[in-house]
Amino acid sequence: MAGANPTRVPTALTQGSATKGGIGESTLRPDGTLKVTGEFAYASDLWHEDMLWGCTLRSPYSHAEIRSVDVSEALKLPGVYSVMTHDDLPAKTHFGLEIQDQPVLAKDRVRYHGEAVAIVAADHPETARRAAAKIRVDYAELPPVHDEESATAPDAPVLHPGRDDHHAPHVTHPNIVHRQPIVRGDVAAAKAKADVVVRGDYEVGMQDQAFLGPESGLAVPAEDGGVDLYIATQWLHVDRDQLAPVLGLPQDKVRLTLSGVGGAFGAREDLSMQAHACLLAMATGKPVKIVYNRYESFFGHVHRHPAKLTYEHGADSDGKLLYVKCRILLDGGAYASSSPAVVGNAASLGVGPYDVDNVDVEALALYTNNPPCGAMRGFGAVQACFAYEAQMDRLAAELGMDPVELRQRNAMSQGSLLPTGQQVDAPAPVAEILRRVKAMPMPPERQWETSGAAGSGTGVDVRALPGGLSNTTHGEGVVRGVGYAVGIKNVGFSEGFDDYSTARVRLEVMGGEPVAVVHTAMAEVGQGGVTVHAQIARTELGVSGVSILPADTQVGSAGSTSASRQTYMTGGAVKQACEAVRERVLRLGREKFADGHPAWASGGELLLEGGKIVTEGGEVLAALADVLGDEAVEEELEFRHRPTEPFDLKTGQGFGHVQYSFAAHRAVVEVDTELGLVKVVELACAQDVGKAINPLSTIGQIQGGTTQGLGLAVMEEILVDPGGKVRNPSFTDYLIPTILDTPTIPVDVLELADAHAPYGLRGVGEAPTLSSTPAVVAAIRDATGLALNRVPVRPEHLTDTQAI
Amino acid sequence: MRVTFTVNGRRHEADDVWEGESLLYVLRERMGLPGSKNACEQGECGSCTVRLDGESVCACLVAAGQVEGRDVVTVEGLADYARQRTDAPASTSAASSPASAPVPASTSAADEQRWQAMPSPDADVRLSPVQQAFIDAGAVQCGFCTPGLLVAADELIEHNARPSDADIREALSGNLCRCTGYEKILDAVRLAAARTDHAEGSAPGPGAGPTQGEVV
Repeated sequence: MAGANPTRVPTALTQGSATKGGIGESTLRPDGTLKVTGEFAYASDLWHEDMLWGCTLRSPYSHAEIRSVDVSEALKLPGVYSVMTHDDLPAKTHFGLEIQDQPVLAKDRVRYHGEAVAIVAADHPETARRAAAKIRVDYAELPPVHDEESATAPDAPVLHPGRDDHHAPHVTHPNIVHRQPIVRGDVAAAKAKADVVVRGDYEVGMQDQAFLGPESGLAVPAEDGGVDLYIATQWLHVDRDQLAPVLGLPQDKVRLTLSGVGGAFGAREDLSMQAHACLLAMATGKPVKIVYNRYESFFGHVHRHPAKLTYEHGADSDGKLLYVKCRILLDGGAYASSSPAVVGNAASLGVGPYDVDNVDVEALALYTNNPPCGAMRGFGAVQACFAYEAQMDRLAAELGMDPVELRQRNAMSQGSLLPTGQQVDAPAPVAEILRRVKAMPMPPERQWETSGAAGSGTGVDVRALPGGLSNTTHGEGVVRGVGYAVGIKNVGFSEGFDDYSTARVRLEVMGGEPVAVVHTAMAEVGQGGVTVHAQIARTELGVSGVSILPADTQVGSAGSTSASRQTYMTGGAVKQACEAVRERVLRLGREKFADGHPAWASGGELLLEGGKIVTEGGEVLAALADVLGDEAVEEELEFRHRPTEPFDLKTGQGFGHVQYSFAAHRAVVEVDTELGLVKVVELACAQDVGKAINPLSTIGQIQGGTTQGLGLAVMEEILVDPGGKVRNPSFTDYLIPTILDTPTIPVDVLELADAHAPYGLRGVGEAPTLSSTPAVVAAIRDATGLALNRVPVRPEHLTDTQAI
Repeated sequence: MRVTFTVNGRRHEADDVWEGESLLYVLRERMGLPGSKNACEQGECGSCTVRLDGESVCACLVAAGQVEGRDVVTVEGLADYARQRTDAPASTSAASSPASAPVPASTSAADEQRWQAMPSPDADVRLSPVQQAFIDAGAVQCGFCTPGLLVAADELIEHNARPSDADIREALSGNLCRCTGYEKILDAVRLAAARTDHAEGSAPGPGAGPTQGEVV
């Protein structure tokens, strides 16, 4: 049995030479050098002597009964070590983040195209794939449900008969996962007073996270009968909590270590290959690695919920919003994943960052035979933002008012009440970020016109035109448009969830210098949390040397790297642990050196700076190295944000969210109206981040989020046919923005501190994904005059060759 | 079959290679060079970009047998490759092919200063200018696309010492990045070009570069 560690394993990150690098500085990533030299060990790079390769057999049908599975031919292939089906599972057979409704391997029935049916371990990845192809599965197709009508018909096939989850008693049909209304004020009375009413139906396609590093991991069976899993994930502990029962092991025998993660964006919150690799490793007694290729990755993770939204806004003649009525229908696909929480977000943030006294909101998610949907950057707030911002533009047009002016007149501010009745008790600079984004200088007109060659007047650089090097236009038929949008996103886990993070910080002397060693289970997925933790430790402990240990389950949970929460939560935990370490170091100093200087006993504040203990006046009392000697001072603490509460199931009222994040965009686009090609010329953003712990990373997050929103606006969609089959699972057919599709993204960062948060910071990562999409579409509407109620906007929508 | 070729200046032999195996698989799984990444394995994302006899190619689309007797440079060899190029006499250096454009580089020496607020964390590791610039400009987030982008960007700067933004966008259009929004990647390439250009002390001269102003 294998037991030794893999040869290529995750690396501890040490950054010791910088003397600066506290919070507020653009400190460089501690993993940067490893990443640019190719040495950083991503999950797909892991390697173990004698390891096997795992492979998954997936369903070609979206809904079918499994009559039989024959693995005999697969087992005969030389090099195959194990083939497993549902019948071979040793313990619990289902998993799930909130509702445990997803089978580890399908039994009797498949509910979506691409569902895992069997797994294989072999000595070469190609052997594993060939073996999987030899498994004979006898399917009998069942009628699929694919939309609200087919899912909620009285005689619709029930996706999960005998549901016993806590949402089941509150839904009107068993194919509804969860439903959240929000009712506040009196919509009927407000409607009677409205001078202007606008209505619209909107649709958002199914977006994919499309992280670059495919799902991968290496499971190594351990001497004690347990398993060590090296894995790219967003939340080590919740993976472990789902895995242990599936493997039939106690939690302490399922140890997870984070390996290099190539992006996540929500898609790594649910289990993908984790259980499969561990099961094969335990069955064969050998290390098993699974790496999805891109095709499989599209089936291996949840996507952003596609949505159908109906909105009605009423306002008085001054543009003051009197009421908002809306319905947000989310397609959750075959399994629940995080659909209930997405519903809560969509409902509570469904009217946007506006003051409205009268609201009637309904959000719900369906079970269908479409691909399962769950977490993706923006988490339920993205879909709503596309619709309510389109409505605000319609209302402005109806009133003959400037669209930014209309938004500013209704902008929420500190002290505003949300539709949930919760008061916004931190800065909410909605009108200000709109003002700032509007005040940015406009990109020059007709940038594609150049001074030309040989003094012959105006030339054209086709690279800057819609269509680019395809050379489809020389500027004729190209019109420019400008659009604005703003959005609101919650930060952290909501609705009463016990959201906490743990950090262990040790201060010790290494090579004569004090070094802070930070150990958390936070998943670094590319967002830069490791950089921030080093900055916090330097600031709090006054040292230059910081070592960040690999994240694993040997320390308490850090919660998920999602919901824009990690800098707040694990950053907060590191800060708190550092403060506890500091207190103990000062106590140690007093014990050792109290006689040396009166300041030790004076009760004045003592600081840790530059590796020394100093008075507020800057007088040096002792070197940390002398205080510590051979001793290591270590503290492990849990950090919690203030408690929240669930939304009332009938009225949606409740203190549901911890914090909000606001971003606004201005998009400038040029459209070739003849061919329907769009060139986004510039996408400017203004966002309040509370405190930019690392300005370089902060801007990087905002630009990255903005680009994902641009993708949803004009190109990104997983196409699913009415039979539930995925039509474009590849980077050939599922398009994400390239560097040619992405414009300049100037960013204006505000820092209005939130008194409730560590350092006053605000979660950053998601808000820019919200407003970027509606801003781009608003600009295209401005250029073309078309309604455009669906994203992504495709050429056929702009050329009237397909009505929407 | 056996495949013999040069990787990062060293001769390698790979035995028992299947006919269907890609260069990417041989590099990653047989030679222990995982720097070239496996993000799509169908030539769409550029994460596995390597130089094959000087040309940028997607290693996932090259059959291992095709590289017999040829010369491959991966991200692991990029620093050495760039150093050899700089050390070589200008007349024979690949970097001397197409001459600089007569328009000013988009990052000036003054612009360069603003990237040097923080000392390099790993002063003992020798990096190529483009590698260092990616770190300094914040162009690395998850980093999965980074190796391929570095190889592509290094080739661009080799052939075009003063690329305009449009040149950079064109050269890197085959490399997908999902984290950064590309803005900091543009910053990094501008920075690397400026540093390379300044380090070599070359004066602007006539050339075949773009004659128009900046476009985006």
